[in-house]
Amino acid sequence: MPDGSRTAILLANASAAYGGRTVLSGIDLTVRRGERVALMGRSGAGKSTLIGLIQAQAPDTVALVPQAAALVRTLSVFHNVYMGRLDRRSTLHNLRNLVRPAKADITAVERILDRVGLADKLWAKAGELSGGQQQRVSVARALYNGRPILVGDEPVSALDRQQGARVLAEMAASHETLILALHDVALALAQTDRIVVLEAGRIVLDAPAQALDPERLRPFYEAA
Amino acid sequence: MRLAVPRPGYAAVSRWFLAAALAGLLVADLHVTTLHPFADLARLLDGLVRPDFPSVEGWSVVYTVAFAVLGVGLGAGSGLLLAIPFARSRTVRLACAGLRAVHELFWALLLMQVFGLSATTGVLAIALPYAGICAKVYAEIIEEADLAALRVLPAGTGTVSAFLYARLPEVAGRLRDYTLYRLECGLRSSLVLGFIGLPTMGFYLESAFRQGRYAEAGALLLVFYGLIGTRRLWIRGWTVPLLLAAAPLALPPAIGNAAIGASLARFLGHDIVPTPLRGAALAEPETWARLWSWLRPILADQILPGTIQTLILAQIALAATALGALVLFPLTARRFAGPLGRPLGRVLLVVVRSTPEYMLAYCGLQLLGPSMLPAILALALHNAGIVAYLMGRHADALPYRADAPTGLNLYAYETVPRLYGQFLAYLLYRWELILRESAIFGILGVTTLGFYVDAAISELRLDVAVVLIAATALVTVAVDALSRGLRRSLRIDTLPTRLSGPQPVAG
Repeated sequence: MPDGSRTAILLANASAAYGGRTVLSGIDLTVRRGERVALMGRSGAGKSTLIGLIQAQAPDTVALVPQAAALVRTLSVFHNVYMGRLDRRSTLHNLRNLVRPAKADITAVERILDRVGLADKLWAKAGELSGGQQQRVSVARALYNGRPILVGDEPVSALDRQQGARVLAEMAASHETLILALHDVALALAQTDRIVVLEAGRIVLDAPAQALDPERLRPFYEAA
Repeated sequence: MRLAVPRPGYAAVSRWFLAAALAGLLVADLHVTTLHPFADLARLLDGLVRPDFPSVEGWSVVYTVAFAVLGVGLGAGSGLLLAIPFARSRTVRLACAGLRAVHELFWALLLMQVFGLSATTGVLAIALPYAGICAKVYAEIIEEADLAALRVLPAGTGTVSAFLYARLPEVAGRLRDYTLYRLECGLRSSLVLGFIGLPTMGFYLESAFRQGRYAEAGALLLVFYGLIGTRRLWIRGWTVPLLLAAAPLALPPAIGNAAIGASLARFLGHDIVPTPLRGAALAEPETWARLWSWLRPILADQILPGTIQTLILAQIALAATALGALVLFPLTARRFAGPLGRPLGRVLLVVVRSTPEYMLAYCGLQLLGPSMLPAILALALHNAGIVAYLMGRHADALPYRADAPTGLNLYAYETVPRLYGQFLAYLLYRWELILRESAIFGILGVTTLGFYVDAAISELRLDVAVVLIAATALVTVAVDALSRGLRRSLRIDTLPTRLSGPQPVAG
């Protein structure tokens, strides 16, 4: 048995089904605090469903970067990032911030945006940003959320590799544990320390990143 | 730099409308003149709780349905025919705009002069404006439809075959939904026609209210809610021909006025011709000078103050509708009301929306006395019910992220900002309808345009009445154009605004 105080996520024989179709089955996954896990596999392998299970298991310790950026397009970037902490402020304060943002919050959000290279977009409408910028706002919201386990579903898919690496490094800097669905093999090998590969709803490979190379992962991406 | 409400355009428009409504409140007459409004309200509610069903005049229910079925049948039928040339012909578009800009009660007041208190008046009063509305909406539905199938038809396919094969099947479902919704509106219109003397349920409601027979009024209302609530049961594919065939047989006999040809000729050739022009030499400049001196006091003393009062009432009612909808819509949204609260919220809003606003205003005036207050309450209640119901459906269709906040935070940060464009689209669309209704409330004693129309008709000055009705139609058309311009500049003109639209798509 893993040491409870060191366990971030514990899934034992977990499964999931949509409308009678099994998407995940027999999932045993233990993620210890401090680990950086990449979830990999073809599209349709069940990565997003697994992300959902992980988030549902520990909603109070997870900061989520959902697959679609899920921004409120009519609100400013500031408000979208600020949303990451709505649950930790009084509703009154939140309502006031909607109309007249507090200085301290502006400074805090600005600092976060600076880390993803969007400090100049603080007051831009989220809906007016490019796809890559929206994704970075979504990441910034999770960074601002600050909960120890960052769970991301393809959080850097719309960024180039360099930008992606920088954003992943920022995530690693402020969150103790990372669990990220990624499709870029090189990025995954370079930025995480454990690779979990899903195929047809089951875990088929779970190994330290150091023990793997792109060649070893190739079969899981080639056309079935 | 900092923005109060999402997107500067949305925020600015919201602020203008709110400011205009507040300015309106300063000049509006909001006095309560009755002594015991709450005692009367309590008796009215008591009537709803203890209805006296045996006192309901059965034929009034039959007439209400018959007028609605025939009026909507005629209106929708001609609307469908008019929809075909609608996009191409400016004349058709203008004619339809004219037809629908005049409220069915104004049509009824005019038609009464020719056809008396007869079935013809009732049916045509519904059919004429509904033809204009249906033509426009049917044309939009046909235009929005997917034309992929139309493009692959072999060259030389006839217009009718092309329409029947490639267009109608695409749009039939939506046309049917819209027509069913129109029939619901038709039932409300038919009921309200009773308030000006036609033998529908409104006639008995009015006398019951006026004489304080609240148990009978309550029973009539509950029967009406029953009619509307069960419409999907008794209006079906196979019952429509039956309803259309039975409706003419069930119409009430005409009262008085047998010589329709003569009275129509007199109406068109004499009554509605401005007095100075009757039998005058049209080439004489003198005649036109007299026409101007006839028209000027109407413009200055009736149209101008009437229009101002109508616009003020509509503006306040629109802002009240907006606030009401924002407060009410969580009642019907899953995330806010929960699985138990939501059905109750829906029932509440459906009841509110099924109640004709004219009747609400009538009750309000009985309870509170003649001021703008009951009119504002009636318009806001009815329209907020409609908008809130639709917003609730949109809110349920929103895809929230898995870690979305809850409660007031969700409402203020996610739901309202995301629905705000849709919300403005609904409100701007309802602006014109609220304005039409505001004008009509004049008949009940508020000094909007309808007040002067009603006075002119009761003095048998039909020429003045027609000028006033035309002015009302122009104001309506102008507000409609302004609303469309605003929707376009806010880029919300492609969002759904009709009640009978398809289920909202997440966005």
